[in-house]
Amino acid sequence: MKKLDARGLSCPEPVVMIRKAMQSGEDAYEMVVDNHAAKENVTRYAEHQGYTVTVSEEGSDVTLTMRK
Amino acid sequence: METKAKLTHLAACAGCGAKVGAGTLAALLDGFKTRTDPRLVVGFDRSDDACVYLINDETALIETTDFFPPIVDDPYLYGQIAAANALSDVYAMGGEPRLALNLLCTTAAMDDDTVREILRGGYDKVYEAGAVVAGGHTIQSAEPIYGLAVTGFAHPDRVLTNSNAKPGDALILTKPLGVGVLTTAAKADLVEEELLHRVWNQMATLNRAARDVMVTYPVHSCTDVTGFGLLGHSYEMAQGSSVSIHLRAADIPYHREALELADMGFLPAGAYRNRDYVREICVAPGISRAMQDICYDPQTSGGLLFAIPQDCAEDCLAKLDGAAIVGYVTERQDAALYLE
Repeated sequence: MKKLDARGLSCPEPVVMIRKAMQSGEDAYEMVVDNHAAKENVTRYAEHQGYTVTVSEEGSDVTLTMRK
Repeated sequence: METKAKLTHLAACAGCGAKVGAGTLAALLDGFKTRTDPRLVVGFDRSDDACVYLINDETALIETTDFFPPIVDDPYLYGQIAAANALSDVYAMGGEPRLALNLLCTTAAMDDDTVREILRGGYDKVYEAGAVVAGGHTIQSAEPIYGLAVTGFAHPDRVLTNSNAKPGDALILTKPLGVGVLTTAAKADLVEEELLHRVWNQMATLNRAARDVMVTYPVHSCTDVTGFGLLGHSYEMAQGSSVSIHLRAADIPYHREALELADMGFLPAGAYRNRDYVREICVAPGISRAMQDICYDPQTSGGLLFAIPQDCAEDCLAKLDGAAIVGYVTERQDAALYLE
């Protein structure tokens, strides 16, 4: 599973990051974000690309696990 | 080689998306000691676009300010958009702008040409508005910021607040939505140049023509759709007027390309703040999340949204360019807003 860290980035940077990563077409990605807009936007993008997203939160870190 | 820093890269958020949430602001100001003045007919307590001070029976003074970080890289265009946006608050009150003061923050990365172009954009829009740049203030800062403080006038009986919509009114919106989504997606190079130019021109377009048409009708209430998005500003109008506002999703004008980009997650953070702010809303089943996103999308230099008696709405609409009747007003029902 490819792991990405988008903490400290504001939109649209986290979406741009996941978009680039997903061009490699892997079955699973994990991304850590730290704000609500990034969480929502990356989830939207992943779902749009056909991935199922699960969310786990720890403090301000939100980990999005995206699987096909 | 061109090495000049891109304007939008010098700022963390763009345009009206940088606006602090309405709920946050209200909480911050709660409990402050303030004076009252019977001549201040529209003040902060009203969450309106500008304050209104009664000078005499013939004249009301309208005062407002607006500024934001760069939403485009072209400094001249940025100046025009920021100025059009600031002037809009006077139009939204039914007034005519007369005086403008420049508010400018420059950074070390901006050269003199860039600063001059921003100001030229502002001057040109103020000129087009028939107003005068009377001064201003410029400081060095961490991020570029530009906008205006604007003074305008209206007849006291013709001042349009955002809190006087009446049951039976139709709602007209004068510019299409989706500007926040498109400018966000543009940062990822996902927007066609031609569409981007249309969006830029739309943001730089004064609400003057729309205002001039609007004031020839017995309009009850008006606001401009900016940082809080269509639903945020409609919510303020519904709450302030103690009515319910019904918006028909199928009639709302928006840039079609923004819909898929919203679905792909190219939403400015402000869209989520606006969703949190609007509490009492009833969304009809079948209205897609992306369409709702468009309705929450923060607009920079957006159009006027006004409440006009149903029987003259079509006539008024025919005189407006690119506007649409997007909904209607009823007595207060369970929710403040209905997206139908």
